[in-house]
Amino acid sequence: MSAAPASAPPAAPPGPTGPDARQGWLRDLAMGARFAVTGGRESWVRTLLTGVGVGIGVTLLLLTTAIPNALAERSTRTDARNDYIAAKTEGPAPNTLLLASTDTTFRHQDVRGRLVEPEGPKAPLPPGVRAFPVPGEMLVSPALKELLDSGGSERLRERLPYRIGGTIGDEGLAGPHELAYYAGATGLEDRLGNGPVQRLDRFGTEEQEPEELGPALTLLILIIFVVLLMPVGVFIAAAVRFGGERRDRRLAALRLMGADGRTTRLIASGEAVAGAVLGLVLGTVFFLIARQLASQITLFDLSFFPQDLTPHPALAALVVLAVPGAAIAVTLLALRGVVIEPLGVVRTAKPPRRRLWWRLLLPVAGLALLLPMSGEAGGDGDFNEWVVVTGTVLLLVGVTALLPWLVEALVLRLGGGALSWQLAVRRLQLSSGTAARMVNGIAVAVAGAIALQMMFTSLEGDYVQDSGQDTTRAQVRIDVDNSASARELERALRAGGGVADSLAFDTATIAAKPREPDTATDISVGSCAALRQLAELPSCHEGDAFLLPGGDYSEDTAEVARPGRTVYLSPSYEGSPGAEAAWRLPARLPTAKGLKDPLGMETSGVLVTPSAFSESARKGLTAQVYVRLDKSTPDAVDRVRTSAARVDPLANELTLVSENEDRQFAAIRTGLLVGASCVLMLIGASLLISQLEQLRERRKLLSSLVAFGTRRRTLSLSVLWQTALPVALGVVLASAVGITLGAVLLKMVSAPVRVDWTGVASMAGIATAVVLAVTALSMPALLRLMRPEGLRTE
Amino acid sequence: MNRQVPPGEAPLLHAQELRKQYGATTALDGAEFSIRPGEVVAVMGPSGSGKSTLLHCLAGIVTPDSGSLTYDGRQMAAMSDRERSALRRTEFGFVFQFGQLVPELSCVENVALPLRLAGTGRRAAEREANGWLERLEVAELAGKRPGEISGGQGQRVAVARSLVTRPRVLFADEPTGALDSLNGERVMELLTEAARSARAAVVLVTHEARVAAYSDREIVVRDGRSRDMAHAA
Amino acid sequence: MHPIYTHHVYPVCIVLPMSIGHTLLGLLESGPRHGYDLKRAFDEKFGHDKPLHYGQVYSTMSRLLKNGLVEVDGVESGEGPERKRYAITDAGVTDVQQWLATPEKPEPYLQSTLYTKVVLALLTRRDAAELLDSQRAAHLRMMRTLTERKRGGDLADQLICDHALFHLEADLRWLELTAARLEKLALEVR
Repeated sequence: MSAAPASAPPAAPPGPTGPDARQGWLRDLAMGARFAVTGGRESWVRTLLTGVGVGIGVTLLLLTTAIPNALAERSTRTDARNDYIAAKTEGPAPNTLLLASTDTTFRHQDVRGRLVEPEGPKAPLPPGVRAFPVPGEMLVSPALKELLDSGGSERLRERLPYRIGGTIGDEGLAGPHELAYYAGATGLEDRLGNGPVQRLDRFGTEEQEPEELGPALTLLILIIFVVLLMPVGVFIAAAVRFGGERRDRRLAALRLMGADGRTTRLIASGEAVAGAVLGLVLGTVFFLIARQLASQITLFDLSFFPQDLTPHPALAALVVLAVPGAAIAVTLLALRGVVIEPLGVVRTAKPPRRRLWWRLLLPVAGLALLLPMSGEAGGDGDFNEWVVVTGTVLLLVGVTALLPWLVEALVLRLGGGALSWQLAVRRLQLSSGTAARMVNGIAVAVAGAIALQMMFTSLEGDYVQDSGQDTTRAQVRIDVDNSASARELERALRAGGGVADSLAFDTATIAAKPREPDTATDISVGSCAALRQLAELPSCHEGDAFLLPGGDYSEDTAEVARPGRTVYLSPSYEGSPGAEAAWRLPARLPTAKGLKDPLGMETSGVLVTPSAFSESARKGLTAQVYVRLDKSTPDAVDRVRTSAARVDPLANELTLVSENEDRQFAAIRTGLLVGASCVLMLIGASLLISQLEQLRERRKLLSSLVAFGTRRRTLSLSVLWQTALPVALGVVLASAVGITLGAVLLKMVSAPVRVDWTGVASMAGIATAVVLAVTALSMPALLRLMRPEGLRTE
Repeated sequence: MNRQVPPGEAPLLHAQELRKQYGATTALDGAEFSIRPGEVVAVMGPSGSGKSTLLHCLAGIVTPDSGSLTYDGRQMAAMSDRERSALRRTEFGFVFQFGQLVPELSCVENVALPLRLAGTGRRAAEREANGWLERLEVAELAGKRPGEISGGQGQRVAVARSLVTRPRVLFADEPTGALDSLNGERVMELLTEAARSARAAVVLVTHEARVAAYSDREIVVRDGRSRDMAHAA
Repeated sequence: MHPIYTHHVYPVCIVLPMSIGHTLLGLLESGPRHGYDLKRAFDEKFGHDKPLHYGQVYSTMSRLLKNGLVEVDGVESGEGPERKRYAITDAGVTDVQQWLATPEKPEPYLQSTLYTKVVLALLTRRDAAELLDSQRAAHLRMMRTLTERKRGGDLADQLICDHALFHLEADLRWLELTAARLEKLALEVR
């Protein structure tokens, strides 16, 4: 009744119930597991392949389950050191701290900078800092220390003229690769006010408010999870079937020895579980390695400490249970199409014609769930996540189910063409299910990625806009309010190098009242040359002043700036004391038409030449210099930043961009591309393994084909077609599904539907690369198997 | 009784002093072989004697370490791999014991394969292939796949395939090895008849005397050395 | 097909008279012997379960004497029967040589004769392998003829030919096997 070992009690009859039956079960499973490791070289290589395949999938699963926790850990730390939302206090006290934000950018890397000046012995320490740095000293993050110690960082070093007094502890950093410093400073009180200086009595937000993601973003993240995890599932399913044909032959031998159908299924399940368990072990090991490596990597501008990447216990438990379960399910499903007879494996010669209706049912059900939700996630919409996820999963699973049918239907209509093409097409016709299965992973990944790309492109309408800034006139603006004049600042910047052209003037807000004015406008003080760039001036001489009543910055210009009236520069508002410098406007104020400044805004307010301005009101002014960078100087922007920091460590820098793209958004996009590439590479690896397996099994055939003069080119091309054809089909079908899914999702957030053809093209490009890589890597095996030695196997 | 080959005719394939080593094993140790157009020569000998290696050398699949091998007066050693492949495509035909039909191609496509390799269009190649299937009495199998037919039928398809290019030399390596005697005999009859009518020379490797009995002459290979049995009597 | 060969079908499974003559001649090649010695040597090497009768030895020897293939080397008279010593003549050596070199007509149940020939060839240091090869060639020629006849014939012909072919094939396999074991056999019979 079964291929039980001789030691099994012969008396126990096979019963459908009872402890004996259960024992038989366990025994058969255990025997399968033993076959997985003790069946000689063949079987442990197979088990190892499955183990590695499942292991890679498990690693991805564990990493994914760890990401929410990692993000939470990270935001716990960033919340704890928050100094924006933290309560500000009036007046110095023993427990207050003056803090200036001096963030800068060095070669596209953000550096978080803070100047600190404790005002008493109980001043709050930021997280990760044991003692305040004395003036002239700074505490740095390990990554910044490394950067400063490395060559080529002079421009940054000059910006931070402080001695390194120690390092910031991990708990004070967002991630291991964050560039950050706290520098000791004096005299910050003078700069308290509109600028970057604040007075604090503690760090951190009072309440741990989870960052509110918009519904569209929530939807995006949900889809990303679904889209990235489904191919992993498909991959694990494929990995469990590695070497299945050999396994089937072994099972046939067991049938000959008297095992019944149920026993063979149990034994096969046992083997699959052994592979899956090995996969879990390997996956855990890979995960631990990846976790250590993760701290070396910065993705999305984020980096994590290894301990941040800890999977949620419940999710980890789910992975541990689900993977072997899935292995059994896949094995049993795979055995359904195969009749294992004592004398060999009979593949049901003509598999039952694939039915269309239930395959169509899945995506239709998915659409039915998603479509009524159109517009619900737009604006502040509160939408049912579960419905969205279920709908999306159904739609994507629908692709996996539809694909074999479509591949079969299409492949059956293929024909004609060169011999290599014919060989590939016929092979696909014979085993279109296998081909479709292998390619399903690709298709799911591509469909999802295309849908996501579409969402990004369309949402770019919200996040990425033409900023209207004219980057041909200037690329950087430096603001300094430490009473240096714009002309001095301009001189210093030009001396520092990297400047092709500049536009300098001093500016301030003016109002009719010194405190809490209701209306205000701007004043700009500069040379006639500078002022001519801000307004159409028919004539300009030193001593002139002009009124620009229109413009984008203020509608109140005409009301505030009456000729001969006394106005106050930088009025005070609650919590932000200003200079309140009084100045009487000239009696003669001819009006002029404002021009667009480099930021793309029409200038408004009062324009004054320096000799018409009174020195006494200078302290209310901020020096502002627009810089057009010298393109021939490689690090022009860093030179300018450094020069500015030397004029005033608190100098503010504004980088003008022609398109204002949310950086986080760009990072998600890159990440998506990277993720999709990884998935495609995984699928490529399994395609490669099955390709090699198939080649090995046809050694004799290949040699005989060579014997009658088949060119290597013909066979190589047929291997290429065999991979390329289903992948191409998969990409085409997935594009259709991806575009549909993207359109549905965009409708849900009420965004305009736009197809991201670049995204589609890049996915197609990656798929092509995978096909070529798989083909290239199968070539050595193919050429080796084509040697005539294959004929002498008998 | 046996078809007489004019003794004066020059040999089509002629091998002298062939030697071939596989690592430490000597597969051929000075083997000789000669066949004239239209002749059927059986190569016999115990397993491991080197008869398959001899066939592989003669067919240009394997290059001998030393010795002279001429086909139609041309030195095979002087040919490039490409030329030898072309020779196998156009001048030679092959039948093996098993595992030679491409499982996913139908029988007619399998038979048409060598023609297509040589550049014939698909339609013309398949028309020709159907003709050969008919001659080998398996025309009704044209649309079937190798997995759906019996071993004997498969061998007939393989024979049809080996003859479809009208080769001048047909190499058959144990063509009936996997068949029962009745099927084996029928395959041999069809093979030799078809080869004779096409005036193809046949190199027939076999260890079965009853298969060798379909030949005009036999060569026995022992320990890598050949013996022409025509000189043994 | 072999005109020099004129034998008819022999009774099955016995060593043929003609062969006894050649066998005894072959045994004499290693030196002159008495009739009694000859019988003993024959029985030991070929007789197995069917020893020769004295009468058979003497009648054969007298025929060989008559044909000039042997001569009397001497007579020992004493007690008991008269004992002649026989020696082989040059004509006798040639006759043995011819016999060994001529393949037997391929017939079923040849083993005994073939076996005798092989052993004799080994005993007389002749080329036993060559003998086997030429026998093999003769067998295959026969099989070719039968195969050819089968092709043209009706079902009855085919069945009859097949019967013969299967037997010949069995012989041929015996020939191959013996060829592969010649060295061992040589050690045993010498």
